[in-house]
Amino acid sequence: MTEANAKSMDTKRIAKKIGLPRLIIGSFFIFILISAFFLGIPMGMLTSDVIRRVGMNGILVLAMVPSIQSGTGPNFALPIGIVCGLLGLMISIELGFMGLMCILMAIFIATLAATIFGFFYGKMLNAVKGAEMTIATYTGFSVVALSSLAWIMIPFKNPNIGWFLGGGLRETVQLKAFGAAQVFDDFLKFNIGDLIIPTGLLLIFGFFCVIVWLFFQTKTGLAISAGGINPKFALVSGLNINKNRIIANIISTILGAIGIIVYAQCFGYAQLYTAPLMMAFPAVAAVLIGGATAKRASVSNVIIGVILFQGLLTTALPVANQVFAGTDLSDIMRMIIQNGIILYALTQVKGGAK
Amino acid sequence: MNDTMKNKLQNSNISTWIFDNMVTIVFIAFTVFGFLVSEGITFTFLVNELASRVFRNAFLVLSLIIPVLAGLGLNFGIVIGAMAGQMAIIIVRYFNIGGLKGLAICILLSLPLAILFGYFTGRLYNKTRGQEMIASLIVGFFADGIYQFIFLFAVGVLIKVPATHPLIKPDAIGLRTTIDMIPASEGGLGYVIDGIMRVPFVWAALVVAIGILALITFKYFKNKKATSVKSNKNMYMINVATCLLIIGISLYQIIIDGSLMIVKVPVVTGLLIIALCIFTERIMKTKLGQDLRSVGQSQHIAEVSGINVDRKRILAVIFSTVLAAWGQIIYLQNMGTLNTYGSHTQTGIFAVASLLVGGASISNASYKHALIGTLLFNSMFIMSPEIGKALFGQVLLGEYFRSFMVYGVIGVALGLYVWKTNKKSRKAI
Repeated sequence: MTEANAKSMDTKRIAKKIGLPRLIIGSFFIFILISAFFLGIPMGMLTSDVIRRVGMNGILVLAMVPSIQSGTGPNFALPIGIVCGLLGLMISIELGFMGLMCILMAIFIATLAATIFGFFYGKMLNAVKGAEMTIATYTGFSVVALSSLAWIMIPFKNPNIGWFLGGGLRETVQLKAFGAAQVFDDFLKFNIGDLIIPTGLLLIFGFFCVIVWLFFQTKTGLAISAGGINPKFALVSGLNINKNRIIANIISTILGAIGIIVYAQCFGYAQLYTAPLMMAFPAVAAVLIGGATAKRASVSNVIIGVILFQGLLTTALPVANQVFAGTDLSDIMRMIIQNGIILYALTQVKGGAK
Repeated sequence: MNDTMKNKLQNSNISTWIFDNMVTIVFIAFTVFGFLVSEGITFTFLVNELASRVFRNAFLVLSLIIPVLAGLGLNFGIVIGAMAGQMAIIIVRYFNIGGLKGLAICILLSLPLAILFGYFTGRLYNKTRGQEMIASLIVGFFADGIYQFIFLFAVGVLIKVPATHPLIKPDAIGLRTTIDMIPASEGGLGYVIDGIMRVPFVWAALVVAIGILALITFKYFKNKKATSVKSNKNMYMINVATCLLIIGISLYQIIIDGSLMIVKVPVVTGLLIIALCIFTERIMKTKLGQDLRSVGQSQHIAEVSGINVDRKRILAVIFSTVLAAWGQIIYLQNMGTLNTYGSHTQTGIFAVASLLVGGASISNASYKHALIGTLLFNSMFIMSPEIGKALFGQVLLGEYFRSFMVYGVIGVALGLYVWKTNKKSRKAI
């Protein structure tokens, strides 16, 4: 009697530890992988795609960790960081940098811009405590609209990024022309059969994961976490919560900026104008699928989440196309899963008083 | 000394008034500025565009008021109501029922759908207490996914439909991206409400202005005995002057048969909007309305005084969702085409921005805010591309500026409100 009971208790405990959403999405992922195998979709290519997409989106998801840990919730204003990143990239191209140097310079300029914007964004969040998520969303949207104005009005001279006629930048800028496409991906890239491993891309993602993890072991990092868990207690202990929240959001914005540069070099194109508008939501969804809550997140949540979410989306596309030709089922699935998981996380926040 | 004190008080009153109404003032200034710099826009064009836009959108904006008063904040989830309205229209168009009969079926069909959706979103808001606004935004995206699943996939794969039907894509899976409403006169739903009766705008303005003048005069003299506050008198004088001005302009236009006579407005749609204003105002005075209000003020106190808070909140959301469904039907019959996967997506954001421009906040809104806001918001909408063209020679610039205004106004209005409340409660954490 006891053994069976203990066993069921054990499975329950494990299920609880993994979390219901992760369990559902994980099994769905495995189900799709199995169907892909039986449908005869080349697994090597599929896995390569998954790995590439994980590396491509990883840092954008990582940007959620500091803001969640500091207590401001998931960074729904990620477009601020993204716009800074794109700005860095455009300036770097305009200055005539090529190849790896172009990307590194872009990261450098973007970090500067993101520090400034992140600082003011953090200041603003401190003024609107209690409604951070809604206001962050609209701040992000406004910044994207404002950046669209900037892309038209800033007098860039490089003919490869501007429209052929009239002023303003193109909607998508091809990075191949500057030798800046896949510079990280191609670093130490190797094949196992038809499985492609973009070593450089994974190294960059891993590098930033380690940096963020290390940062949260430092005094400042621990103080940020403490302020996020219990602001009253942290205040009494003499921590400057407002300052920590600003620092966390600067880091988050910087990660967003670097994240989009890594994304763009992998994708081969930088998408301007309204493209960043909705980019925060998949990143938020990924970290939540990885087991984070609106109040707590870790680097492991990011890694698990991005593999599950991006893996699912990448594999679902060919499978859905094979089974139901002509419908864009995978995008519909993305909308439902992505927003469903954010809603689930919101129901877990015990915030407002009744 | 007393005088200086009074002066100071008045000064701070003015500055707080400006601060409180900043969003509205910026919008008025923007519209006036736009009108001055743009060359292509005549006054008649502006009135014409504005009239059609206001009659189209006002009902949707009004549907936001009840949840605000019940403390749920701005319900971006009215997109789900809009979807309910569109589902009803799609069904009616599929079976090709037109005219007033089709409209009646639309209204009846959307009602249970909207009640059901409202119930579920209401339950969700109860689970995400304190974060209703972000939840309502996300639930709109979520519902959009399900909506697309139904109409792009389920219709055709799960429910077999003939590929020859004009609504269905040629491969027999999913609905076409645009659905022609077909004018009511040709057996469709287009302009089915607007087309019942149209009158020149100036006549409508004349009648409404005389009506308002009579109403405020009656109210003023009735209240005069009870309270005689000076500001009340000033307000009354301003209102009377505005009404007289409108009456004067209308009469002038009618007599000289001016260019404004071309602008026509739909009477029945206007009456529906007025009816909804009165309904919203009246229902807040009933027992139910009082309960909703006390839930909005303090859920805790309401709970203690025996109100079932969760149920009242769900009820408020159901009201909002049903009204939004009907609002979307009004909107679409005026548009003439249904953009199957796009018509509803911006509904929530535009309606919320309109209400906020009118001076509403997260916790307070009235039909006045909604009407003024719809007017100002849509003037901005018409003006933005013109300003972009006039100042920078690019229409596109004006369009990006427009989306900046939409998002910015929501961000700023919400931000200012939260900032003020936090400052008031001296929230350290």
